[in-house]
Amino acid sequence: MNSHPIPASDAFAGPAPDQPSLSLAAPSLAEYFADNAGDGAVTAFIFQQLHAVIASGKPVLWVQDRMSQREAGKPYPPGLPEDLKMILVTVNRPVDALWAMEEGLHSDAIGAVLGEVWGDPAALDFTATKRLAMRSEARGIPALLIRRAAHPNLSAARQRWNISSLPSRPDPDDDRAPGEPLWQADLFRARGRAPGQWVAGPGAQGATLEHHVRMDLGPDAPGQDADDASRAAG
Amino acid sequence: MKHDFTDQGRGAVILPFTAGPAKAAQFSTPNFRMGAGLRPAAGAGLAQAQQMLDCAGMMFGNDTKTSQAVITSAACPNPAPNPAMTAPIIAPPTSASRPGGPAQRITQRGTAGPLDAGNGPATDRDALSRRIVSIHLTDFAIARWLRWAAARHDALPDDLPVVLAAEGAHGPVVTATNRAATLAGLHIGARVVDMRALCPQVRVVRADPDGDRAALDKLMLWARRWCPWTAVDGADGIVMDTTGSDHLWGGEAAMLREIEGTLGVLGFSTRLAMAPTHGAAWALARYGAVRAIATPQTLDSQTAPLPARALRLDGDTVLLLQRLGLKSIGDLAAVPRASLARRFATAALTQNPLLRLDQLQGRQPEPVNARTEPPRFAVQARLPEPVQDPTPYLAELCDALCETLAKAGHGARKVTVTVYRTDGEVSHVTAATARASRDPNHLRRLFDDRLDRIDPGFGFELITLEADTTDPLQAVQSGLDGRTEDGAALAQLVDRLSARLGPGMVRTPSARASHIPERSLTWMLALAQAPGARRKLGHISRPLRLLDTPEEIHVLYAIPEGPPVQFRWRRVSHRIAHFHGPERIAPEWWTDRASARLRDYYRIEDDTRRRLWIYRDGIYGEIYHLPPQWFMHGVFG
Repeated sequence: MNSHPIPASDAFAGPAPDQPSLSLAAPSLAEYFADNAGDGAVTAFIFQQLHAVIASGKPVLWVQDRMSQREAGKPYPPGLPEDLKMILVTVNRPVDALWAMEEGLHSDAIGAVLGEVWGDPAALDFTATKRLAMRSEARGIPALLIRRAAHPNLSAARQRWNISSLPSRPDPDDDRAPGEPLWQADLFRARGRAPGQWVAGPGAQGATLEHHVRMDLGPDAPGQDADDASRAAG
Repeated sequence: MKHDFTDQGRGAVILPFTAGPAKAAQFSTPNFRMGAGLRPAAGAGLAQAQQMLDCAGMMFGNDTKTSQAVITSAACPNPAPNPAMTAPIIAPPTSASRPGGPAQRITQRGTAGPLDAGNGPATDRDALSRRIVSIHLTDFAIARWLRWAAARHDALPDDLPVVLAAEGAHGPVVTATNRAATLAGLHIGARVVDMRALCPQVRVVRADPDGDRAALDKLMLWARRWCPWTAVDGADGIVMDTTGSDHLWGGEAAMLREIEGTLGVLGFSTRLAMAPTHGAAWALARYGAVRAIATPQTLDSQTAPLPARALRLDGDTVLLLQRLGLKSIGDLAAVPRASLARRFATAALTQNPLLRLDQLQGRQPEPVNARTEPPRFAVQARLPEPVQDPTPYLAELCDALCETLAKAGHGARKVTVTVYRTDGEVSHVTAATARASRDPNHLRRLFDDRLDRIDPGFGFELITLEADTTDPLQAVQSGLDGRTEDGAALAQLVDRLSARLGPGMVRTPSARASHIPERSLTWMLALAQAPGARRKLGHISRPLRLLDTPEEIHVLYAIPEGPPVQFRWRRVSHRIAHFHGPERIAPEWWTDRASARLRDYYRIEDDTRRRLWIYRDGIYGEIYHLPPQWFMHGVFG
């Protein structure tokens, strides 16, 4: 099993579609689907991409609806990246979530807008996503929308991801403990780049996307899914 | 000449602290100028000054509008007004503190410095020409509580004892008593447990000194209905400079009766006195006869029998004077100044009987320092016929309000739109801002989609827009690119979100000193606190998300002290593949109840590859406890 450790760069489109790296240099609306509310992979994957925003010192506007908050939990700053400034908005209706996100995209003081919407509300139709996408592109503020218990219906999001957890890397110090996390990142629709499936992991500058993951540590290295992912992508 | 007392009085019963000041402010400025203008001419003698006061006062009563008329009328006894006389009139009327003229002049004459032993008392009658009223609210705190209780229909009958209590060094201490409690033998300063033993049926209420102070402040502003210069005097008093105002109320004695009666209607029992100096009025109000009035001639004779503590000295100094045999003010005044000056040369004001005596007798100036009234910003639109929708008028109202705010250098923190319907109903919508703002577009946008909630009925004819709370706001220069600094943009976003969704829905995390995960941060209102960055906790790994309430899981374990092998969460069974822990977090014994148990946290990865944070509440084998329960608490990335 060989590996391609790909350095993350700030360019949105990498040098080639097969060597993608991820950041939000060209801000737009991106949708992230998670199939399980108890899965933290999508949150971690998103915050890997927000390094530049957090470093800029601008706060992140985080809009949650009630159901997402109850099922997936509230953000917990001690576990989130350092220097993250956050405004948490809790809403009762999906239409309020969309309104709050759009208000955030109107303001120059916000670094990124992160929304969590549960299910497939009628308010979140193609027009609503188109509004968000165009507003985001016009103001240069990334808009990220986490969807749970949702179907990938018609949407104007420029990137649509499916994120789930993979078995973590082994901990070099403790073979019983979970180590560095890995995620299955499935870009199933995208504009301006080719879709693909990758094994994602935390990197210094952002999420790293790889087709092959070296799992040469530990006796019971869980590498099966990574192989699947690389086969699917390759 | 008479003002509309009944109207003010009625307003006072409902809303006592707001009706007066505006009315007082209308006549405060001319009166103030007149008094100031008269002062330099008072060298002609007290009688002439008094005569001028009366003349000017009548003129003031007839025509308060033009200060020019006041000047000429004030000048009538003195055909050649000196230049000093006109100076305070020209002075801008915005300074509402007492005119500096007389006080400065007295100090310039400098006859009575504390160490200057030469002058006897009462050579300079000019210093005694003010008329100061001191109001002592004898039971302000308890009266305020009774008013508050009556307003919420919780008033006790008069014959049931009530005391207010505050925390003391050895438990709660009585700070105020009502009449029934006093009759039952309860007294201020005693411990509540002792008083309960004396009178078991006493009702103990927590005292609210901050609220009392704020209420006294409002009452002080309301008292400007009698004269323009009022100030708070200690925790239970108001001092007013009524020079030139008494004739409006039919003389000095009638004015004191009026003040006592009006405050009595509000439920506050008072003791009042009027004297030429603040010190003498204070002493007479607390230790003198009822509604005592001291003139410059009778000042010494009236204050001489008062006890030494009437000099506003602290307890130790009073004790010292008593040991020296100086029990009354008269005793103290009889002592040669040089001796007192030598003994108390370096003492502070509250420990210096000589300075206090000089203040009482007018040798040391002590002007009433009346602070300016807080400005009130409100605009209104009167419409020729009832309308159903206030939105088209809001832009104009916002422009007008912001213009007013800009002139005063203020910005609004809270704005209210009130509509007065034709059928008498009043409804309002309020919006708050995170930082002071006077941007009309921003204020207008705060009411977007919110004015729909007003039920228009048959329409309304009057719309008011009021800035309830304001902060000083200086003009800010914007950058060359036309943008202001980003703090304002963020605050405006928070304002809009809070106005539409409710302030409690927009929050920002703030760290707290606690090891318990859910207590280690609080979610503050974003309106109250700007978002700040938080330092991470070293190498300790914490989840990205925390469940609001830990969810119980049912576990199977191999050994009781270790992690579970399998658990059931949200009706799904999970097997544990990896775990890390335990991390033990003990309860905070200084806040938790005794039944709180320690927690063992495990970071686990289950067979569906999710990384979770679970804990065991308690440990096995604890006596007096049930077996521990397991909870799901957080989610890792």
